[in-house]
Formats: sequence, structure tokens, C-alpha cells
Amino acid sequence: MRTGALIDCDVHNAVSSDAELQPYLSTRWRRHMELIGSRTFSPFTKGYAYPKAARFASRRDAWPPTGGLPGSDLEFMKEQLLDAYPVKHAVLNCLYRAPEQRHDAYGAALATAVNNWQVDQWLERDDRLRASITVPFEFPDLAAAEIDRATTCPGFVQVLLYPRTAAPLGRREYWPIYEAACRAGLPIGIHAASTTPGPITATGWPSYYIEDHTGLAVAFQAQVISLIFNGVFDRFPELRVVLLEGGFAWVPALAHRLDALHARLGEEVPDLRYPPSHYLRSHIRITTQPMEEPERPGDLVPLIREVGADLLMFSTDYPHWDFDNPHRAFRTRVPATLHRQIMHDNACATYRLAA
Amino acid sequence: MGTMSATADAVDCDVHNAVPRLSALFPFLPDSWVDYCRETGVEGFDPAFYPPGAPLSARPGSRAGEGPPGSDPDVVRAHVLDGAGARYAILNCLYAVQALHNPDWAASMARALNDWQAATWLAADTRFRASIVVSTRDPHAAAQEIERRAGRGFVQVLLPASAPAPLGQRSYWPIYAAAEAADVPVALHPGVGGANPLSPVGWPSHYIEDYACAALTLQSQITSMVAEGVFAAHPGLQVVLLESGVTWLPSLMWRFDKNWKALRREVPWVERPPSHVIREHVLLSTTPFDAPPAIDRAWVDRFLTQLGSVRMLLHAGDYPHWHHGDAPTALLEQLSPAERELVLHGNAARVYRLPEEIGCARGH
Amino acid sequence: MTGSNRHVVVAAADEIPPGGRKIVHIDGRSVGVFNLGDRYVALRNTCPHEGAPLCEGALSGALTSPRPGEYHYERRGEILRCPWHQWEFDLRTGRSWVDPERLRVRSYSVTCENDHVVLHL
Ligand code: FES
Repeated sequence: MRTGALIDCDVHNAVSSDAELQPYLSTRWRRHMELIGSRTFSPFTKGYAYPKAARFASRRDAWPPTGGLPGSDLEFMKEQLLDAYPVKHAVLNCLYRAPEQRHDAYGAALATAVNNWQVDQWLERDDRLRASITVPFEFPDLAAAEIDRATTCPGFVQVLLYPRTAAPLGRREYWPIYEAACRAGLPIGIHAASTTPGPITATGWPSYYIEDHTGLAVAFQAQVISLIFNGVFDRFPELRVVLLEGGFAWVPALAHRLDALHARLGEEVPDLRYPPSHYLRSHIRITTQPMEEPERPGDLVPLIREVGADLLMFSTDYPHWDFDNPHRAFRTRVPATLHRQIMHDNACATYRLAA
Repeated sequence: MGTMSATADAVDCDVHNAVPRLSALFPFLPDSWVDYCRETGVEGFDPAFYPPGAPLSARPGSRAGEGPPGSDPDVVRAHVLDGAGARYAILNCLYAVQALHNPDWAASMARALNDWQAATWLAADTRFRASIVVSTRDPHAAAQEIERRAGRGFVQVLLPASAPAPLGQRSYWPIYAAAEAADVPVALHPGVGGANPLSPVGWPSHYIEDYACAALTLQSQITSMVAEGVFAAHPGLQVVLLESGVTWLPSLMWRFDKNWKALRREVPWVERPPSHVIREHVLLSTTPFDAPPAIDRAWVDRFLTQLGSVRMLLHAGDYPHWHHGDAPTALLEQLSPAERELVLHGNAARVYRLPEEIGCARGH
Repeated sequence: MTGSNRHVVVAAADEIPPGGRKIVHIDGRSVGVFNLGDRYVALRNTCPHEGAPLCEGALSGALTSPRPGEYHYERRGEILRCPWHQWEFDLRTGRSWVDPERLRVRSYSVTCENDHVVLHL
């Protein structure tokens, strides 16, 4: 299915090497980078304990001919994505390991560096680009300060968190982030990411990446449950949360489950003003990649309607291996109005882009 | 309080019998552990997963007598089996001995619990069937317990959904080998048998979150069991997912199948799409069901096609737990008589090897 | 040479070494030509899934397992992995691993004639 103007809600720009960030760090943190460097939850200096389908989790054809990592070369990104498809805007989600740093102030310094680098190297070089603010979200006061600082630069349309947090995201300790996001008028984006303090299941570490990747849908659901029942959306009525790369086929079953549970156990959370599905529908937005592929492709459109036509926003995940091709990702005919909502309108509304 | 007449004479696949007090198990426990419990002031293992005062934990009327709901066989019989009640009740005792860290103590408690079930429940009524409680701390001890107790009223092995590690992992396989050899299914039920947080992203704040997340834990477990090759190694094994909703399964199968096409090199023993493996080996109890508030035949048709087969569904009342809404009954109303017969009796008769006549019994 | 069976010289015989490949464009069609050592094969350079340039994928082996924990790895270099979603295709048949009956990529025959690699379209 050919597509008209498109907002790509999930594109990854990469920092090719630490050296690229050095100009954006103070002497103190440049020294820290040399002396200690990255300390996350990962057992390795590079890479992951679950190798991710392909090198750097990327399409094999996405390595720039000029060298450097997939997603590090704007010209090549134009060739493969921005000019190859009718991309009106692309939202960059840089996954550089700033938020995963265990050293709070170093993580904050890296986040600031990444954001300034994004402004210089990306936002100012192509006006189709928008970006998410990288924040050290496990240190919410520092994250809030970075949101306040970064929103003074135009081009940032979202605050970026990961779904695998030290504690469920509805908990009070994270609220300063939501407060700052609301101050800035930005949604929170929660994007799949890999190095984390805990396993992807509530029952320990699985053995394989196939479980880790399948399990992402579970982690996202747990965050939605936490945000709703901890009253985040009652406390921050303007807050929007975008779920990136966690699937959407689970939404109807979860909505029914939460509503039924709320009808029986609602007394435990008396401050909740609405049934849980209300918050799902009015505060949550979801990107499409990796596109759900029901066994019968024709089940996709009824599924989308059940999820809610205004919840879904198209994304390619370029340059990652599970990239969705805007022309081919829906393996069924999607009615034109619905298609346009998903490809364009919903993202314009969420990110306040000119329609 | 009988169940709905639509379900009269059914097999109720999820009924919770409770231990009235720890000392009820002492006659079945070695003296060393009895004295250990007494002298260290152990107060019992009533599962925190079901707060006693919460409306979900006990339906009105089930708090009869002195012990916790479900602890008196006569009351359970009256509520679940008598009148327009079930033909058979599969008991799943949730007394949380699996959460003990000490493997020998946990195994001894599990043995005592099973012997208590035999003496107190199976002996009380021939319509009761029970699940063998085992601790996963020592899978070999668990396997021995399955060998010791399977048959004579014990028709299933019961594992808590929150385990110390994903249940597909090889260290657990003695349990599956024993279950396969004994020709009994393994059931996973929400509950705590490990020290992991109750959500995949850390400890939730509220009970309603804990309970909501139980469906997620089951999804992780079934993902693990397929990926690790439990069913490739134990082709005769059946797994029953209890009390965790049903409607989430198609979405999991789609995501899992899609990932299998990309990542099957990690798990080459998974030779078919994971959905095919799941459909062959997994059954789910229908309470709670987590369906839309109103369902019609069109919805049911689509759902059953996506699920794969009505043969995967087991009727359950989940006594004494009290769920909101009436989706299981609503589902039954939409099923054809043949489908209803499978959900109410046929599937359970097959998986639990219940006496022949149940297979051709009819709902009234 | 007819319209339905065109023969096109795509390479000199020594140009594609065993284990090597060359992607050629003919009449708007992109085709990958592979030298398997004992023969040449050619596949359409478009993945039937979402249209990736399939022939740019990694060349891998055929992995099977008689039981969990045992790995049989054979036919190294003969299984093409899509550069995007990693679906596997058998170079010799164009058939996908996950659904060989229904999901395959168009293959073409290739011959060696007078020191030339010839593609039959
Ligand atoms: S495009 Fe080739 S596997 Fe998806």
C-alpha cells in the first residue's frame, strides 16, 4: 500500500563513538569518560548479553558507506529513509547509553551532551527532523532539570524513557519527570531498550533474545498498569505517554482485564476517576513497529479499530533490524482514512506538528 | 450457593481448597519439621497474593466457619458440587509452601500438604480431584513427589506462576519428565514461588497491579516453555494456565510467531511456529476471561479462530475467588452445544483422564 | 533467445568467487547471482516479506536440532538471511525456511558459457 505524507515516529540516530560527545562534555566529565567510562547494568564493555538478531541490532544494509554506525550518517539516512519514503517528519530517539549510567551526575552530563549533539548534528541540519530529549530517568530530579534545559531548544518533541526501569513508572519517585514534561508540554515516550537492572519477566532472566524481544510487550503492559493505578493521569491530566516498539495487539485484552479488575477491586484505588480503559484510550499513544502480523492478515484492521483508531502512530524503527517498510508493513488493505490517521494525523496531534 | 445452571454437571477446573491452620498439616509432617515450625513461631503460609479482606479473594458466603474460605470440605462441597453444581472439582491448593527458600523444608511441606489433601479432601468426596503441590526449589524432589502421588485422585501438578527463574529452563525439566511419565498436566497458577518482583519492571504498589500483572507472568512462562524446548523434549506434556485470563493469548502468539521467523536460530528445536506448539500443549481456564463487556457470536468466532481451538478452554468457577462480570457465562451462551460440551466437560475429561462417562455427559 | 527466456551475460567466470555474489540490474529488475562452488544460483533481490534487498543479506548455514541443546549446522553459506528481518531462504531453491511451501523468492537459472556467467530470465 503506497503511502502519502508520513510522520515516522521512531528513528534512531547513533553516536558513532564517545569522541563525538567529548566536545559537549566539561573537562571533569571528559576525564571521567577516559578514566572509568560507561558503567551500566551490562556485563560487557560493548554489546549485549542477548545478541540482537544482527550487528548493532541493525539492518545489514544500513551501515553507512562512509563508515560509522547505522544511523550515524545523516546523508545516508536521507538516502535510505527520509528521501526514500515521503517522510514529512521523523522523530529521532537516540539510544546512547546515557540513561543507563549508574553514576547519576555522569549520566546527567552525558544526557545533556547527547541533547546538545542532537541539536547541532541533526535538528539544525534537516528541518524534517524532530528529537526526543535523553534524560537520566532513574534520577528524576536530574531528568527534570534536563527537560527544563533542553526544551529551550526547538525541535524536541518528547522526553525519552525506557520500559525496563528500576521500579514501575507509576511510582511517585518518577513524578518529577512527568511534572517537567507537562511544564514543557511534551509527551513521555517509552522506548524498548536493553540494558536494565532487572529481567524482562517477573520470573527471572530468560535464556534467549527471542524471549526478551517477545517479552517487551509484557514490560510495556506492566508500565501501563503502573501508570494508571498509581494515578499518574489523574495527577497530570495533560500528560500523554507514547509507547514505542512494544506492540499493540495486547491493548484490548489488557483494557478488558483492567476494567474488570477495577470493578471488583476499585476500592483500593479510590482516587482513580475513570475506569482504566479510559486512561489507556485518552493518555496512551502507541507506535506501530514491529507491526503486528496476525495469522490472518485481515484481522489487523478489526484489531486496530478495537485498539482505537487515534491511538496508533506509524514508525519504521530505522535503522534497526526489525524496520517496517512504510509501503509494505500493513499486510492487508487499510481504509484510507484510517491509514492517514496512523501514518500522519495522530502523530501530528501528539507531537504538535503542523498537519 | 450453586454455580449457574448453565454450568451444572460441568467439570470445574479451578477450585481452591485452603489449609485451615498450619497445625492441620502436622499429622502429615515429619516430627523434625513440626518442632521446627512450632519452636521458631512459623505462622503458616496463607498466600499474600490473595489478601483475606479483598473482595476478589472470597465471594460472599464463602467466608463460612472458622478457617479461611475454602478450608472446609463440607462447605466447598455444598457451594461447588451440590445442587446444580459441578460434576467434578479440580482442587488447586494455593497454600504458598513453594515460596519457602529452604528446599528441604519446602519439599516436606509440599508432601505434607498433598497427604493432607488426600486424607481430608479426596477422602471426603469422590468428586474432588486434586493437584500435586510441589516446590521448584529442588526439581528432583518435586519429580519424586509427582511419582509418589500421581493417580488415586491426583490429576495434575501445580506450580506457582512466579518462579525463581523462567519455568522453561532446563533445571526444571525433571518436573516435566515426571508429569509426562505420570500422564498428568502441569498447571501454572498466579502465586509466588520465588523472590522476583511481581511485575517485569519491579515491585508494584497496589494489589490490583499485582493481580493485573499475573496475566503477564503467565505470558512470560509460556514463552519460556516453548523457547526452551520443553515441549520438544516432552511431547506428551500438557500445560494448563489457570486464573489468568484468556484473551491475551492471540496477541502473544502473533508476536512470538513473528519473532520466531527472525530468531529461530537461537531455538532451532522449535521447529514449528510457536503458536502451533502452544495450541497443541496449552489449555486455559475461563475464569477470569478478560473479554469485552458484551460479546456476540461474531466476536466469539473471531476469537476462537485466533485462539486456534475451543479444545484449549477449560471451564472454571475459581471458587472462592470472586471476579467481576460474567464473561465466562456469556461465552458459554455464545457457543454451539458441541463447543459448550467441550469447554464444560470434554476438554477436562481428556486432559485429566476423568472417567469415560463424563466425556458424553450433557449440560442441562 | 526469446522474450520469456532471455539470456544475459552478467559476469565473467572468474568474477564471482565461490561463496561470492554479484547483484545485477536488468530491465529494472534487481537479481543476486551467487557462486555456491558447485554451481551458480540467482534470486530476485526483493524479499517477499517487506521488500528488503534480500540478496544483500548474510550467508549463513542450515541450523536444525534433534533435541533441545543439540545443534546441527550444515550447508554453510547456502542459507541467505534477509538483511532486515532475518528470515532465512535456501539459495538452492528460493524457499523460505519458516514456510517453504508458500513463501519463496523467485529464482532464476544460471549457466556458465564460454567463460561467462549467464542469467536466464
Ligand atoms: S523484508 Fe525480508 S524478512 Fe522482512
